Amino acid sequence: MSFLVGENMTGGYGSADILHDCTIGVDKGQIAVIVGPNGAGKSTAMKATFGMLDLRLGRVMFDGEDITHLKPEERVLKGMGFVPQTHNVFTSMTVEENLEMGAFIRRDDIASTMEQVFDLFPILKEKRYQPAGELSGGQRQQVAVGRALMTQPKVLLLDEPTAGVSPIVMDELFDRIIEIARQGIAILMVEQNAKQALNIADKGYVLVQGANRFTDTGEALMANPEVRKAFLGG
Amino acid sequence: MADVLNALVLLANFLIVPGLTYGSQLALGALGVTLIYSVLRFSNFGHGEIMSFGTMFTIFFTWLFQGWGLSIKPLPTALLALPFGILATMALVMIMDKTVYRYHRENKSSNVIFLIVSIGTMFVIGGIVRFAIGPADQIFFDGTRFIMKAREFKQMTGLSEGLAIKTTQGITIVTAVIVVAFIWWFLNKTRTGKSMRAYSDNENLALLSGIDPARVVMVAWLLVAALAAIAGTLYGLDKSFKPFTYMQLLLPIFAAAIVGGVGNPLGAIAGGYVVALSEIAVTFAYKRVVGYLVAEEHAPETLLQLLSTDYKIAVSFIILVIVLVIKPTGLFSGKTL
Repeated sequence: MSFLVGENMTGGYGSADILHDCTIGVDKGQIAVIVGPNGAGKSTAMKATFGMLDLRLGRVMFDGEDITHLKPEERVLKGMGFVPQTHNVFTSMTVEENLEMGAFIRRDDIASTMEQVFDLFPILKEKRYQPAGELSGGQRQQVAVGRALMTQPKVLLLDEPTAGVSPIVMDELFDRIIEIARQGIAILMVEQNAKQALNIADKGYVLVQGANRFTDTGEALMANPEVRKAFLGG
Repeated sequence: MADVLNALVLLANFLIVPGLTYGSQLALGALGVTLIYSVLRFSNFGHGEIMSFGTMFTIFFTWLFQGWGLSIKPLPTALLALPFGILATMALVMIMDKTVYRYHRENKSSNVIFLIVSIGTMFVIGGIVRFAIGPADQIFFDGTRFIMKAREFKQMTGLSEGLAIKTTQGITIVTAVIVVAFIWWFLNKTRTGKSMRAYSDNENLALLSGIDPARVVMVAWLLVAALAAIAGTLYGLDKSFKPFTYMQLLLPIFAAAIVGGVGNPLGAIAGGYVVALSEIAVTFAYKRVVGYLVAEEHAPETLLQLLSTDYKIAVSFIILVIVLVIKPTGLFSGKTL
């Protein structure tokens, strides 16, 4: 079983189900990518593993423990980090304060973790005293990811980390994400840029209408003519 | 030269010193309104009455201490009683939050409902105050009246205009500076303060970061209670305590908060001074000031007063309207802390 896995998840925000028997998971040091057309429930599936919606059926396992009924905050304490797609930084606070707030649950010294984040994203060290709201889109995403890393999570959930950034910045962000995975953190992310994302993915999930359509390694999905034709534009 | 100095002293005595005093009182009040707005996201119309409640308890303790013969002359006994007034106010807001606001937070009531609820608390607290201490004027200032008397100033400088600084004016300004510095330090340097700013900036992300909303809300209320009790007591010391005037204070306080940019502490402070100084500036008679500055034959015959002092309260309204029309976010672009 994977390190983090949402098994046979069925549920939604209200009475109507968005997810139908959907399973996604990721292992330590791996990058798992969820792709699919608009409205396929990609983000919903990821949020479900983070406890942001009620599951009618199925369960979420984390490190061998059933966390289906934990609140998102409690999952953060367990070692999950989540980067929302939008509104993912404290705009009025400086970069450094953003990182400090990321580490709010920790009572120990956070200086070394902050150094690690600065090593990963050198630009943030340069801009550490600037309000996050004044940064460019790509830099903001770095702050957002950095903030989530401050708790030293074992799993990092990224909701479209490259939304709204230029292709160059996107490549740069993907490189950083690979680097984070190499440190042994499990990364589960939702991506619109399916091709590029599957290129770096160890595992790929193609969702359609809230259900698994294809599940394979990133490489295999890229090679699969059906997937290419329907979801990757040929 | 002496004429210019005389004109300046005249302005300082009747406009600047009272303006800074009143401005400090408004700034502390507006700071409380702004804190509630940015953390709990509603305009607290009960703030004036919370100030009144805090002042009332300060007065009760002042009387008690006076009865015991306690005194810290030349400072007023009320300063000794103020910490107890603050504690009583903190108890009040905690009870109020538990019994009234928490329910609406849990039910995620809309801002309008919060606002109307706060009007309800205004009437209830106002009623309690009037019931407990009565609607009459209370003067609870004791101690030395002046830091500097007009006559002493004249003797010292040889000018024909005097500058008087009342003890209460000095206390108000010094206290305001200390309190504002403390609030700034708290919000920018402490873990709890930063978590309040984070919560105010982005509630969901604050939750994801493990910030406990209940704690943030409680700390906000406690700060606001302290600010309200201090602002109310300073105002009461400087003028007098009359429950009804505290309800009227609500308008200039809100004007100050909005002028500065709601939710922005820096703006609240600046707004307080803007409102106070303009209230006094447009109702001030400039006849004698101009008299010093121009040749005798040009001396004005009229009072040179823009508005009669009866219209004082209208000034806050006018400023409010101007700001809302020209720059609705206020001078310091508010919204978050």
